[in-house]
Amino acid sequence: MAIRWGNYKVSHLHDELIEKAGKPRDYSKDLCEYLHALSDKEINELKVASESAIHTMGITFRVYHEEEGSIDRAWPFDILPRLIDAKEWVEIEAGLKQRVKALNMFIDDLYNDQKAIKDGVFPADLLKNSKNFLKECKGFSPPHGVWAHICGSDLVRDDTGQVYVLEDNLRVPSGVSYMLENRQVMKRVLPEMFQKYNILPVDDYPSQLYDMLAEMSPRKIEEPEIVVLTPGIYNSAYFEHAYLAQQMGAELVEGTDLVVEDDDCVYMRTINGLARVDVIYRRIDDWFIDPEVFSPDSLLGVKGLIRAWKAGNVALANAPGSGVADDKVVYAYVPQLIEYYLGEKAILPNVPTYKCNNKEERDYVLENIEKMVVKPANESGGYGMLIGPHSDKKEHDKFRKLIKADPRNYVAQPMLILSTAPTMVGTKVEPRHLDLRPFILSGKDVKVTTGGLTRVALVKGSTIVNSSQGGGSKDTWIVQMEEK
Amino acid sequence: MLSRVANSLYWLARYLERAENTARLINVNSHLLLDLPTSVKLGWEPIVDILSFRDKFYETYDVADESSVIKFMVVDKEHPGSIVSSISSARENARTLKEIIPREAWEQINELYLFATENSADAFKRRTRYQYLSKIVLANQTITGLLAGTMTHDEAYSFLRIGRNLERADMTTRIIDVRSASLLPDVENESAAFRNIQWMGVLKSMTAYQMYRREVRVRINREDVLEFLLLESRFPRSLIHAIEEVERCISELPHNREAVDKTRILRTQLVNAKPAQLSQEKLHEFVDDMQAGLIEISDKVTETYF
Repeated sequence: MAIRWGNYKVSHLHDELIEKAGKPRDYSKDLCEYLHALSDKEINELKVASESAIHTMGITFRVYHEEEGSIDRAWPFDILPRLIDAKEWVEIEAGLKQRVKALNMFIDDLYNDQKAIKDGVFPADLLKNSKNFLKECKGFSPPHGVWAHICGSDLVRDDTGQVYVLEDNLRVPSGVSYMLENRQVMKRVLPEMFQKYNILPVDDYPSQLYDMLAEMSPRKIEEPEIVVLTPGIYNSAYFEHAYLAQQMGAELVEGTDLVVEDDDCVYMRTINGLARVDVIYRRIDDWFIDPEVFSPDSLLGVKGLIRAWKAGNVALANAPGSGVADDKVVYAYVPQLIEYYLGEKAILPNVPTYKCNNKEERDYVLENIEKMVVKPANESGGYGMLIGPHSDKKEHDKFRKLIKADPRNYVAQPMLILSTAPTMVGTKVEPRHLDLRPFILSGKDVKVTTGGLTRVALVKGSTIVNSSQGGGSKDTWIVQMEEK
Repeated sequence: MLSRVANSLYWLARYLERAENTARLINVNSHLLLDLPTSVKLGWEPIVDILSFRDKFYETYDVADESSVIKFMVVDKEHPGSIVSSISSARENARTLKEIIPREAWEQINELYLFATENSADAFKRRTRYQYLSKIVLANQTITGLLAGTMTHDEAYSFLRIGRNLERADMTTRIIDVRSASLLPDVENESAAFRNIQWMGVLKSMTAYQMYRREVRVRINREDVLEFLLLESRFPRSLIHAIEEVERCISELPHNREAVDKTRILRTQLVNAKPAQLSQEKLHEFVDDMQAGLIEISDKVTETYF
């Protein structure tokens, strides 16, 4: 039995591929027709092919707190791609660039003049209570004023088809390697579609990342020494660290491979003795990066790294302290910040967000908590949240108390009906909710990946897309349609 | 190149070579047992002895019979010297080297690990054992070939070769030592055919039989076998070849004076000893000296580069 698009339910929400029952969107017509023509046996063969590609390619991710033996799981991957029209993408790309530019200006402002606070655009007490504001970075400004060189912003679409930014990840966002690997798998599994469609390539990312990092080198030399600093093989994103280092031809180093000497320069231990390091793409959180300044018991970091960075002898991406903007309360101010710094209207809207530090907004949240999603300011990975409509009264009361006790730490958003895309369940397709994480590189120029990592909730009705909580992923195709 | 990375490359190659050699050894032993008369008690203990795991073995097992030795040497995850453990350690090292070694090599190592663990039950049945172990040997040869054919022959590659050849040299000396010692005195009274079968086993466990026949042509005998396995520098699994490889590789590295000297000393010692003519007792002493020399080289490499 083949896939029957007529049985695919799309009512009351926006589906990425299917407009209404039995009717694919313009850009997904060819794909849907191709899939429709496949027999169950052929669909199974495609799945087996993708699983075996993932298996042999060793694409894994790590889940913490699991018993030994299952720590490295095969990357959960759905063979049906998610398609986006290139015309729509142009707009999204412009919106992301604008957003990240403003965020970088904001971070630079916070550590220096704090004009946004003086001009009343951003409340001073919010900054005072910010967990990720590093006083050690005050009065400092990295080259080009760029702090968050690599940003991963999460996008969602609601039932009307409107795209929103859900959050910005400015610390050590992961997922880009899976975006690249998903494409490799798809090329093995659905080569026919790559002939049929004009799919914009993503393979460029590692070289763009390399160029951006090389550009940051304090020593203006032909081949600066670039390294990727990882916490090690037990980190959940180690696969990605190794992958990016390999793709860039950079050294993958751990804290113990690096040393800061008396000259405030960073060196790595090599078979030739010490070798100077110019640029560090660090994938270790601020708090562990330098035991001299932060967590003194960190074994992951490098003693003296901040000293070397402030002396201008090494470049760090992302700059320490950029996490100050990776805060769900700051997020709520981004549209205003865009207007303030760039004098433009935000192209991509935020999900409507209620800031609990504001009395009126807080009261609204407390009264309507059963309809809202409540998020703590600085958690990631979907932890510590309340999903109002899916919780009971006890949970609602618990969060009311939490909000009253620490209003600054919470924001709330109305529950969106996320868009769906057809996802394989056995040999049939069913709608599953998804989001999208594009990656934005900021150097002298700003570059956005063509597409990004689409994460999909594999459980029916669920909106939890995090791979650590059972989510999967899809390849994301930005397709250029021929003008008719 | 990072010291940590050099260290991992070195151990990656050692673990792979160890797994391959152990697989060869067990395969040959299985076959040899079929050929020897039951009165010649070759058994399985020598395998444990060759690898110096006697104490470790008897911590967990009572008798060195076929199934316990196979379990211990092939699948025992608690035993770091087993094939599955060696491959698993190799894979853990390879995982940290994904940005250094060619992607196909990582994929092969990963597949080897999956194959070895998923099919380990095959090692216990005589019917399937040969194929299981042969596949491990073949996979290792594929990895070695992939590395040789797709990886830049730079310093990273040198560290792989140093690890591989030191492990190989170590194994060669071990096999010669125990196998020649286990040619039991009473075998002398048995028919010469069985004595030769044992020497043939030594050659085969190093996949040297065919090459030996091409080179030597006469009947198999102790002196010629020893001469071939220790001193035939054109045979890639001989002791002298391994030592020369190590010397060549170290010569291409920085700060290599002392480590190169160590390999030269060992090489001279090997050639001057005329090992093929040594009595059994002297041969054992000689092998001990060779192993001590290999350890010294390994220590020097570690001290200089890691």
